[in-house]
Amino acid sequence: MDYLLWLIPAFPLVGFIVLALLGKHLSRFWIAIIGAGSVSLSAILTFVIGFSFLSSTPTGGHYSQTLWTWLEVAAFNPKITLYLDALSLVFVFVITFIGALIHIYSVAFMAADKDYARFFACMNLFVFSMLLLVLADNLLLLYLGWEGVGLCSYLLIGFWYENPTNGYAARKAFIITRLGDTAMAIGLFVIFYQFGTLVIPDILALAPSTWHEGATIATVAALLLLAGGIGKSAQLPLQTWLPDAMAGPSPVSALIHAATMVTAGVYLIARMHVIFQLSPIVQMIVAGIGAATLLIAGFSALTQYDIKRVLAYSTISQIGYMFLALGLGAWTAAIFHFMIHAFFKALLFLAAGAVIEALNHEHNMFKMGGLKNKLPVIFWTFLIGSASLAALPIISAGFYSKDQILWYAWASEHGSPILWLIALLGAFITAAYTTRMMVLTFWGDAKTSVGHYPGKLMTIPLIVLAFFSLFAGFIELPHNFGQFTLFSNLLHQVLPETVLKAGIHGELLFQLLALLVTFGGIYLAYIFWYKQPQRIEKLKRSAPLMSLYRFWFSGWGFDQVYQVLFVKPIVFIANINKNDVVDKLYQGITTATVHLYRLLSFTQSGSLRWYIIGLVIGAILILSIQLML
Amino acid sequence: MNAPISIEMVMLLAGILFILGIAGVIIRKNIIFMLLSVEIMLNAAGLAFVAAGSRWAQPDGQVMFIFILTMAAAEVSVGLALILRIYHQHKSLDIDKLKEMKG
Repeated sequence: MDYLLWLIPAFPLVGFIVLALLGKHLSRFWIAIIGAGSVSLSAILTFVIGFSFLSSTPTGGHYSQTLWTWLEVAAFNPKITLYLDALSLVFVFVITFIGALIHIYSVAFMAADKDYARFFACMNLFVFSMLLLVLADNLLLLYLGWEGVGLCSYLLIGFWYENPTNGYAARKAFIITRLGDTAMAIGLFVIFYQFGTLVIPDILALAPSTWHEGATIATVAALLLLAGGIGKSAQLPLQTWLPDAMAGPSPVSALIHAATMVTAGVYLIARMHVIFQLSPIVQMIVAGIGAATLLIAGFSALTQYDIKRVLAYSTISQIGYMFLALGLGAWTAAIFHFMIHAFFKALLFLAAGAVIEALNHEHNMFKMGGLKNKLPVIFWTFLIGSASLAALPIISAGFYSKDQILWYAWASEHGSPILWLIALLGAFITAAYTTRMMVLTFWGDAKTSVGHYPGKLMTIPLIVLAFFSLFAGFIELPHNFGQFTLFSNLLHQVLPETVLKAGIHGELLFQLLALLVTFGGIYLAYIFWYKQPQRIEKLKRSAPLMSLYRFWFSGWGFDQVYQVLFVKPIVFIANINKNDVVDKLYQGITTATVHLYRLLSFTQSGSLRWYIIGLVIGAILILSIQLML
Repeated sequence: MNAPISIEMVMLLAGILFILGIAGVIIRKNIIFMLLSVEIMLNAAGLAFVAAGSRWAQPDGQVMFIFILTMAAAEVSVGLALILRIYHQHKSLDIDKLKEMKG
């Protein structure tokens, strides 16, 4: 199976090249076939390779294929090598499978768009870059994919570039993630300087013997990698770009800003887990960032009225859960939550996109309502996705993944009651804002009439994703539900097991608490936004509550603070140097030359007589100089 | 009776001819006369070559003179052709009126 590995990223790359070069000359039918077909082929191939991987684990626990040597400078010779182990298999599966479903959905969703080919070209390039990111066996190749997905994210956020605010959102996303990427590049330098290699398995093998636990250099390297992950995964304090990234089309939000790219940070940390284990401080920071982010984003999600912004904040919050799990050393729990989250969040974004399109591009939830009977398929799939997001016990997949993280927040050796409480509060808020979104969109009176109904190409991916949002959780059951841990058994080939504190019991009690909290959140939202909306009106009259509301609505004022701290000073400096001080010198040379030439051009009078006199005088001068010397 | 003429005298004559030529080129208004003056300058140079060749008893001086003669012939033919074109176009051979190629 090794030799087929290169085909997985090759299909989307070919799709991108064909669409980018010939897109203008192809009919819509063929664009759709090439765009969605390339990713679907990758998905099918992933199933084949994944099946062979699972049925007989290859020697060393990975397939790898070296294609060629990228460049060769003394001891530095990174190769283009693809490397598929259990961890990358999960990611490749999510990217190609969910990616294919989203592409199929886009065929119908983007049907009326004039830039059909450009859309699919960018999407295919994105899938290619993301596959390169997770299949890379060295950090340089990973970085190539990492920058590639950043570029595609920029291109697709600003897809509808005619509206300047979309371009602004795209630039914002690009620049903010660039901050993290720069730190990550420095991290790569540190790692290469220390180990003399960028090959990931070699680094992971060398690190424990080279660095002792808690070494400063390990902390530095881990922090720099973490900064890269924070930027990409929209965690505190670089989270502000993600809500604005919703300017892109809904399938883009589903694929890039929910399912795959934003979880690249999670992948990076899980991939380099040895380095993070060597630095307990950074692990604590990871957990802290995750916990803070999930709370902050959760509160913000509670106040938004744009349905896609609710989902954006909820994505930030759910990735916060993944970071929390990574920080706790619950590696497999983080990856499990990543997979389940990819299913239900892609579903929610696609369903929200369908709702928005059905209501003629209405984003405001308060202008929706009453769609329960009008769009039954969307309603049921959205309900299933919401149930999974709110972690409705037993029946939804989200419960199984989130419950693990809650449990490890208490029971892991890095866990603490505070982290557990934050995670529990986060679960409460999640349930509340999810219910609020459901109630406002689908219940109540219809405020906007349905313009057109989604077709089969749009509903089938939703149904498939809904199926997985319900049942994907059963491959990893909590310990007290019977020892059925298919998923973590697979991942423990790569990731270490979570170390628990000694003598901790009562997992069932914690599950009951989580259940209670979830239902509490649902009930609260049900009361406030459906049963007795006058209560929310009463709350709105209180001034401190209103300012708190505005504070949360603006995403805890991060944008404003950054505006004052970074944007304003840089714009100020740029304004001072508007005319480019350094350039003055070169402009001076040009002006002097121009003036000199004007002066000399007077001597060209057109009078032959003067030229001859000039010649004679010149000859006399030269001769007399020669005589004198 | 055939007292040899000293080289200095010939050189002086060549110098005078050359300066006459230059003066003619500078002073004359008519292009044809300017061309004539250039011919005088060329012949002055030729005379100097011949005198020098005779002084050192070398054939080079005469070779150079024949060379100058050929060149002068070519130059005159091209020059006259140009003068004809100029007259055709401007109906004048006054160098002071032909000042179009300036600045």
